[in-house]
Amino acid sequence: MISTAGLTKRYGTVTAVSELTVDIPAGITGLIGANGAGKSTLIKMLLGLLTPTSGKAQVLGHDIGTDGVSIRERVGYMPEHDCLPPDMSATEFVVHMARMSGLPRAAARERTADTLRHVGLYEERYRPIGGYSTGMKQRVKLAQALVHDPQLIFLDEPTNGLDPSGRDEMLGLIRRIGTEFGISVLVSSHLLGELERTCDHVVVIDGGQLLRASSTAEITAKGAVLVVEVTERGEEVATALRMAGLEAVASDDTLQVGLIDDSTYDAVISAVTRLDVGLVRLERPRHRMAELFATPAGGA
Amino acid sequence: MSTPATPPRGGVIHDLGFRHYDGPRAGSRAIAQALYFDTLRGAFGLGRTMKSKIMPGILFFAMVFPAVVVTIVVGVDNRFDLPVDYNEYLLTTSALTSLFIAGAAPASVSRDLRFRVVALYFSRPLQRVEYVLAKYLALASALFLMMAIPLIVMYAGALLAKLSVGSQTPNFTRALGGAAVTALLVAGIAVTIAAMTPRRGIGVAAIIVSLIVLAGVAGTVSQVGLENGARSTAAYGQLISPYTLAAGIEHAVFGGPNQADVPPPGAGGGLVFTLVAIAVLVACLGVLMARYRKVSI
Repeated sequence: MISTAGLTKRYGTVTAVSELTVDIPAGITGLIGANGAGKSTLIKMLLGLLTPTSGKAQVLGHDIGTDGVSIRERVGYMPEHDCLPPDMSATEFVVHMARMSGLPRAAARERTADTLRHVGLYEERYRPIGGYSTGMKQRVKLAQALVHDPQLIFLDEPTNGLDPSGRDEMLGLIRRIGTEFGISVLVSSHLLGELERTCDHVVVIDGGQLLRASSTAEITAKGAVLVVEVTERGEEVATALRMAGLEAVASDDTLQVGLIDDSTYDAVISAVTRLDVGLVRLERPRHRMAELFATPAGGA
Repeated sequence: MSTPATPPRGGVIHDLGFRHYDGPRAGSRAIAQALYFDTLRGAFGLGRTMKSKIMPGILFFAMVFPAVVVTIVVGVDNRFDLPVDYNEYLLTTSALTSLFIAGAAPASVSRDLRFRVVALYFSRPLQRVEYVLAKYLALASALFLMMAIPLIVMYAGALLAKLSVGSQTPNFTRALGGAAVTALLVAGIAVTIAAMTPRRGIGVAAIIVSLIVLAGVAGTVSQVGLENGARSTAAYGQLISPYTLAAGIEHAVFGGPNQADVPPPGAGGGLVFTLVAIAVLVACLGVLMARYRKVSI
């Protein structure tokens, strides 16, 4: 789908993307990095809109330097920032954008109706966009990227500004785009946690450099940990869990328990009940960039 | 209905599912054409909200209504000529056409910058040059229609009032030519100004002020030149405003009646006027291209 070789972009003395060499297969790929890691710069270079300082890249078999138009015909792009005129309705706007992707008028209308339904905009699609909530605006932005049936879409921080339920819906939608619709997705985010359940692959960049590129399963299978905090006797709880065949390490009353599957939760609950201690916290910690640093590919 | 191109997984029954599109896809040239027509319609508020139809509607009425009155006067009075010549009509209505373009250009250009819709255009096959040309030509065409329609009304009315085709047609076609030159120049200036600011209000004000100031300066220079006997200063002062510049070309190059106090002197004068007009257009397009090359998305 996408392959880059030594891709570099410098703005004056600032290096936004540095010597990036990565192959991204078909499917849903998460592009993870902190703010300013170079995610947006990379996406704009892949769209053929920014000229790289050095290096090469291909998208769908087209060179980004010489064949940007062919790439832009076959991809969709949802920018991170606002890009919607408030005085148009979602329908009018998406029809217009479909026309701007080269669809004939009738097809543009038909596909707009379909696409808006798929992203979950119904009656409100006839109202001006200016009155929409952030979640609805994100759906319109997504719809305009999908309406011309691209082979690949770039979604730049699509969950930005959404509340938790809106976030889950957006992630569900992205999952559907990749699986049901059969469109490859490159989705950027600064949270690995939110993408690990959605993506088939992840590419992690930091300071413009590639930290890691692997399948999501590889990252999450290893080192899935449950953090358990109890009110007292942490060491005893750990021992009980080890007896039950789990890996458990206690430091004071906080335990790290190796997560196997859902039965691990039951084992923890029954252990604390049996020992009659209070359970304060039971959660899966979010991966942070630092952890990915500390655990290179294949590490535990 | 057509079957979904990707079969539903695991035997789940979906509604229509996502349908893929295998139909024709237009190239960037045809996309630019679609943008041209959309912008042209938008300049008159067509396909836009009710609110954005009001100003163009009023101005269109104000442009056409006097033309209708003129033709009625000819018919009722049994005159042998029009009380106002075609190109004179263009000059006397220049305030209205200025208002029209001052409303239309920012609504179309500043708006895309302000709400960053340009990011969506430029992430599609459309090239930046094509975007700029489509927007510019559409607004110039809208302005041309605004001027040409009253002229056509006058021409039709004159013929209905039994004025001879031979007496009307030459000046009518010359005035259409003058309207085209005026539209290209005035729209060029207006779109360039509108592209400088994402704020629509500022764009509107800046365009009105620029066109009024240019017309004022042109008038003053010509008047001062005339009073001091500097006839060539008076003639070339007309270069300053796009309206009088176009009128000068219409007279000196197309052979229409003179509307200035002092016409462009001789063939050389016509050449100077033409070269200045071309220079203005090249400068506007150059500035626009430079501006849009730098627009980040």
